[in-house]
Amino acid sequence: MDRLLARVLRVDLTRKRSWVEERPDLFEKGLGGAGVAIELLHELCPKDADPLGPENPIVLAVGPLNPLFPLASKAVAMFKSPHTGNLGESHCGGRVALALRLAGFGALVIQGRSEVPVYLSIHRGRVNFRDARALWGLSSSLTVGRVLREIEPGAGARTILRIGRAGERLVTYATVVAETYRHFGRLGLGAVFGSKNLKALVISGMGTVPIPDPPRYQKLYRELWERATRSELMRKYHDLGTAQNIRPLHQLGALPVRNLLATRYPAEPRFTGERLAEEFLGRRLACSACPVACIHLAILREPHPQEPYFYKTTFVSYDHEPLYALGSLLGMERAEDVLKLIDAVEVFGMDAITTGVVLAWATEAFLRGLVTERETGGLKPEWGRAEVYLEMIRRIAQREGEFYAVLGRGVRAAAERYGGEEFALHFGGNEMPGYHTGPGALLTYLSGSRHSHLDSAGYALDQEALARGEKLTPAELAQRLFQEEARRQVLSSLVVCFFARGIYDLPTCSAALGTLGVPRSPEELEALGVRILRRKYAFKTREGFRLEELPIPKRALEAPTPAGPVEEGFLREALAELRRLLEGEDGLA
Amino acid sequence: MPKRLAVVDSGRCVDCLLCALACSRRFGEGGLARSAIAVRSVGGVENGFVVIVCRACPDPPCAASCPVGAITKATVGVRVLPDRCIGCRTCVLSCPFGAVHWDEENNKPVICVHCGLCASFCPHGVIALEEVGGG
Repeated sequence: MDRLLARVLRVDLTRKRSWVEERPDLFEKGLGGAGVAIELLHELCPKDADPLGPENPIVLAVGPLNPLFPLASKAVAMFKSPHTGNLGESHCGGRVALALRLAGFGALVIQGRSEVPVYLSIHRGRVNFRDARALWGLSSSLTVGRVLREIEPGAGARTILRIGRAGERLVTYATVVAETYRHFGRLGLGAVFGSKNLKALVISGMGTVPIPDPPRYQKLYRELWERATRSELMRKYHDLGTAQNIRPLHQLGALPVRNLLATRYPAEPRFTGERLAEEFLGRRLACSACPVACIHLAILREPHPQEPYFYKTTFVSYDHEPLYALGSLLGMERAEDVLKLIDAVEVFGMDAITTGVVLAWATEAFLRGLVTERETGGLKPEWGRAEVYLEMIRRIAQREGEFYAVLGRGVRAAAERYGGEEFALHFGGNEMPGYHTGPGALLTYLSGSRHSHLDSAGYALDQEALARGEKLTPAELAQRLFQEEARRQVLSSLVVCFFARGIYDLPTCSAALGTLGVPRSPEELEALGVRILRRKYAFKTREGFRLEELPIPKRALEAPTPAGPVEEGFLREALAELRRLLEGEDGLA
Repeated sequence: MPKRLAVVDSGRCVDCLLCALACSRRFGEGGLARSAIAVRSVGGVENGFVVIVCRACPDPPCAASCPVGAITKATVGVRVLPDRCIGCRTCVLSCPFGAVHWDEENNKPVICVHCGLCASFCPHGVIALEEVGGG
């Protein structure tokens, strides 16, 4: 194994000190990424820690394949989530993984709290604490990026991570923006940065990774490159990006519309991947080491309100999830309006999915009279009204007044305070992703360790089952989801993008590791995946999570899926089986 | 006909860095330390990229600038003689494109040898080998 990968860079913001620890033990056992991050989190995060206190560690980790193989392009963040109160885990592409690995580290741990706003500048393996008082309070996360791009070295081989105003104000679903247009999006890493007075983090890396078996490595690299560039799935992600999902989900009646009061529009919405590509697509981007370039930037050209022939041109990165959450879930009609909302959450640094679900809840609560103009501060939320939503996003980021301060903690908090929990679309405290495909999707949201659709991809299982006319029993479904989530722990330890899951089966992962001098059989990797997943579940349980007590929003059960309505009993039975699998035979790991 | 590596259309570049990573694999290693090609954004990724690599000047200033004769003109581009190089970085300053890259680990220049390996991994047709014509 690469000796440098086992180095963990530790930073203490309270004492403004940094040091390096050699942890080959962790990397031998967990490989990297999620497998190492969860162990560091168990070690360094005290039980019942305040997620916004100095004791909550931020762990960033990369794995042995970054950036040595195609699509080994992701980095993993772990922390205690200020949003759900248990496991915070988020993955990010961009240049994060390349920069951290080539800076000569396998992981970075940030602890403590600075008394003044700072940013970290890490070049040639050295940590510098820089004054960020002048950057604090800037209205846009994009400006922070622009400033750091100019004053920091390492162009071409660096990552620039920063928070926006939502992170400073501790919105529990604030993001960390990377490069621009990539994010540690979910579960509130931005708020953890904010709580530490940490505005940004710049890391550059231009180092070498030794390869023990170059000929075998070169050969496998070429093979995987060919598979990646020629596969059909990859072509789709390149052409339309993840936005390709809008059209088929809408046709299927699985696209949540107006807070899941419906699952399709009377006619196809104007923000499908196809229409956006034809009318707005301006540029495609890739994460480092990925040939696919799934990042799609729309060009939004807006006329100046007063002056003729004067335009403002904005690039907006769109994906399926923001298009769902800030589009269909809010009943938006115009593509331009959806792009404006996506731009707003980028500017303030807020998770797009959670923001959309929060606004959808607020709209329904307002229409039902649970909240009035007194709470909303004179605003009248209404499906499809972009200008009202833009102002609401601004007030949430500012935590302006009690109502918006509560909305800044998500729909679980909002429903606890104002009612309407039956239509508060959250699972374990995390807001619903954009697939209402059937029981598989709902089970993934409930049981996935991050409550993310990507944890075990139940939405894909639902669609396969539907296409085959197959009906899985609760136990079968639970087993399939458990296996999938366990397998994904291997990918997120290497760290390979989940979009490449079709290319990186376990024998391929094993072969890739072999060329790097990390011999692991496919069976060992399979067992490792299960172990990591159980360690994550153990952390959640330690912090008070109870799978068997999770509320299931009534709306999600009432709104029919393509497979019909989902029975709560079915889900509870599957959850009991999942709990059995997650706890393992020997009890909690 | 000899061939040189040419930036055919930087407008198609998506910043994947597969070219730079391929360049390091020439030496049987991973990373970027000895890459002779780099990609940088033009003031932010939304504005596109420049690909920074030797263009094989017919009369290369890097070779002319070297005080110890460690850079010599080749059929296409130049060759670095590392044993002669004293690591003064004069060549770096001489190149208006910034295409003389620097190997920080060994303190020597890295200049593209126009082998074309990077082009074979560019997924989007940004770079390619092209025949060197009469001028």
